[in-house]
Amino acid sequence: MRGVLVLALLLTGCGAPAATSDSGKITGGVTVFAAASLTETFTQLGKDFEAANPGTKVKFNFGGSSALAQQLDQGAPADVFASAAPANMKQVTDTKTITDVPRTFARNELAIAVPKGNPGKITTLAGFADAGKKIALCAEQVPCGAAAKKVFEIAKVTPAPDTLEQDVKAVLTKVSLGEVDGALVYRTDVKAAGDKVEGVTFAEASQAVNDYPIAPLAKAPNAAAAKAFVEFVLSDKGRAVLGAAGFGSP
Amino acid sequence: MTLTAELRVTRGTFDLDLGLTIGPGEVVALLGPNGAGKSTALRALAGLLPLTNGRIALAESTWDGSDAFVPPEERPIGVVFQDYLLFAHLSALENVAFGLRARGTRKAEARTIAREWLGRVGLDGHAHVKPRSLSGGQAQRVALARALATGPSLLLLDEPLAALDAATRLQVRAELGRHLADYAGHTLLVTHDPLDAMVLADRLIILENGRAVQEGPPAEVARRPRTDYVAQLVGLNFYRGTATGTTVELDGGGRLTIAEPAWGAVHIAFPPTAVSLYSAQPSGSPRNVWPVTVAGIEPHAHTTRVRLDGAPAVLADVTTATVADLRLRPGDRLWAAVKATETHTYPV
Amino acid sequence: MTRRQVRGRLPVVLVLPAVLGLAFLLVPLAGLLVRTPWTSLPTLLSAEVGEALRLSLVCASLATICCLALGIPLAWLLARSGLPGRGFLRALVTVPLVLPPVVGGVALLLVLGRKGLVGQYLDAWFGISLPFTTAGVVVAEAFVAMPFLVISVEGALRAADPRYEEAAATLGASRWLTFRRVTLPSVLPGVVAGAVLCWARALGEFGATITFAGNFPGETTTMPLAVYLALESDPDAAIVLSVVLLLVSVGVLAGLRDRWISGPS
Repeated sequence: MRGVLVLALLLTGCGAPAATSDSGKITGGVTVFAAASLTETFTQLGKDFEAANPGTKVKFNFGGSSALAQQLDQGAPADVFASAAPANMKQVTDTKTITDVPRTFARNELAIAVPKGNPGKITTLAGFADAGKKIALCAEQVPCGAAAKKVFEIAKVTPAPDTLEQDVKAVLTKVSLGEVDGALVYRTDVKAAGDKVEGVTFAEASQAVNDYPIAPLAKAPNAAAAKAFVEFVLSDKGRAVLGAAGFGSP
Repeated sequence: MTLTAELRVTRGTFDLDLGLTIGPGEVVALLGPNGAGKSTALRALAGLLPLTNGRIALAESTWDGSDAFVPPEERPIGVVFQDYLLFAHLSALENVAFGLRARGTRKAEARTIAREWLGRVGLDGHAHVKPRSLSGGQAQRVALARALATGPSLLLLDEPLAALDAATRLQVRAELGRHLADYAGHTLLVTHDPLDAMVLADRLIILENGRAVQEGPPAEVARRPRTDYVAQLVGLNFYRGTATGTTVELDGGGRLTIAEPAWGAVHIAFPPTAVSLYSAQPSGSPRNVWPVTVAGIEPHAHTTRVRLDGAPAVLADVTTATVADLRLRPGDRLWAAVKATETHTYPV
Repeated sequence: MTRRQVRGRLPVVLVLPAVLGLAFLLVPLAGLLVRTPWTSLPTLLSAEVGEALRLSLVCASLATICCLALGIPLAWLLARSGLPGRGFLRALVTVPLVLPPVVGGVALLLVLGRKGLVGQYLDAWFGISLPFTTAGVVVAEAFVAMPFLVISVEGALRAADPRYEEAAATLGASRWLTFRRVTLPSVLPGVVAGAVLCWARALGEFGATITFAGNFPGETTTMPLAVYLALESDPDAAIVLSVVLLLVSVGVLAGLRDRWISGPS
């Protein structure tokens, strides 16, 4: 019987109705819009959530936080939004697309990323001011770029970037291919990039910590499951998965 | 300086094997049905198609052979193509000047020469006209001027009049004849039109299935066809047979009496106008008379051509008055008569 | 009903989808125009936008010139040479069309990047490094746009009558002269159409450009990159930038069309 229900939900797609059975159990589909930097951890959390709540099916839409916020404002059917920056969450709360108070579930801080072996010998933020070195940063318009701007101001360094990339993954591509000598990305990204990229920590990083807020949508099609998923992310189990990926606790 | 060629080209199941010599100032026409290999021969001479075997040489210089191949752009040739192939984006003058420019003549001089040639073909006023604005006859003349402007040793004409309507054709044919008479080089004319060949050429070569079946001056070919195809081209009744004195037993059945005695294998030819038709068997005078059945009637110039089955089958040209008198209809049984003196007999 | 009316009437089975198709193409553009905050236009048109626009036009034009220089001979090779495996080559030429542009950009980095197969020698021997330079933008755009030119020119070449080339040969023209004076003029409409497509594709190119050449104002930030980044922070600005790019490119194409395509003398 339950199998039939799941199948029906799969067939009806993301707009599946809330389905809380008599015993208060969570079932049905949950659609989560999450920042691209959460791809690995949330995919894992989704599987864990489904295992903990048989009968549920978690679907993800990963993308840039700002693009996701715009999609939500345009009425994209979602249950949960996990943003990489409070600013993008504010975009959504401003329009009352989310009415709950967003909760911070993870923190991320910047790290210096260098190609394997650190050929450019960049060990501090000061190294980014060297015009002779190839430097990649995120564009100021995206969260990692805004965070980078903040740490350079704190460190009183004027960076000499060669490129301002559209997202963290693009920056990492350039580091892992050895096209740049150094870049500023999130700690979790360095960790996820594997052994082609080495991370260098720096003192100012802790002064520009980026909070990741999460909240259910006001018009979540599956409100009960949405709430349950948010709680699951904030639970110890959720934090353990996030911590393993390099995220800091709030 | 003579052009000599042994043209052997094999392409799939088709093969061409044609020996050819053209003297200076001579116009040789290559006449034959579609698919006979005329165009293949022309393309080989132009260098657009390498020989499989054989040789092409002008005097001492070899153009194609086992040890040499001169590409088309290095052969002293001029070609007039069937649909002229004038370059659409160039004016008439630029088309004519193209070959000169390609062979290194300076621009101003090339244009002067091209202008002269346009004058010679009567197109002074059309120097700056694009080909699409030229009439068929004008385009043909530009094509001729373009081919001759470089002063080629060999002029190749590929069905040069085929694209023209009947009236224009008559006039352009006459003009082409004058230009060819003035031209000192070697000319090969490829055509399937016997009239073009007869009027323009000094010598005809009849090509069938890649082989020359008959060769000679136009008048000779017209009078003494050697194949059905040639006989049909020149419009003669044509038979093969075995002569014993003045009687010839025809290979296809029937018997004809001839005027001059002959022995052995012969061809007999006579024009359709030599055939008279009667509704009843005529008597008297030394002539051939045999029963025939009307197979078809069609208008032919100012007369009517009647196809007749019988032994032998024969074509007869009769006046419209005769058609009316006899009330000719297909299936009618008639008597055909030909005077022995009107037939022409020659050895195979 | 006269015969003329019957012949003059357009069949509904063609007209209906045609109108739908037109609407499908134009309505999103109308959407952009409707949403454009025209009043804020002057404030948004900063020097940086001008710079991005200039860079876009210059790079797209240079990329088109590169494509013409390399693409026309390539099209000729595909259309006219008896090269074995031409069908396979033709399929390979279209690879940049099906490759996601970002992947194309990565591929370019792997070959022409500082550590790339060829790039490392360019760097070591000549001190040339293409990534993060304006030249890199041109390379990325040319890579993505060239198939449009090659396909268009090759189609024109294959449709052109090769006997004109033979005629030129009998007039004493070498193959190169024949190509320049006979073949090329006869396929000019195909070349122009291909170049226009090529230019338009280069102008809108984003993925390969940002991946291979990066994004730095004045050097590699073309309009599409500026639009994308503006979308992150200020959607209104992004719309304005898109509309500016749209108007300029439509203007250029319309101008070219009058001059080259519909107006032969």
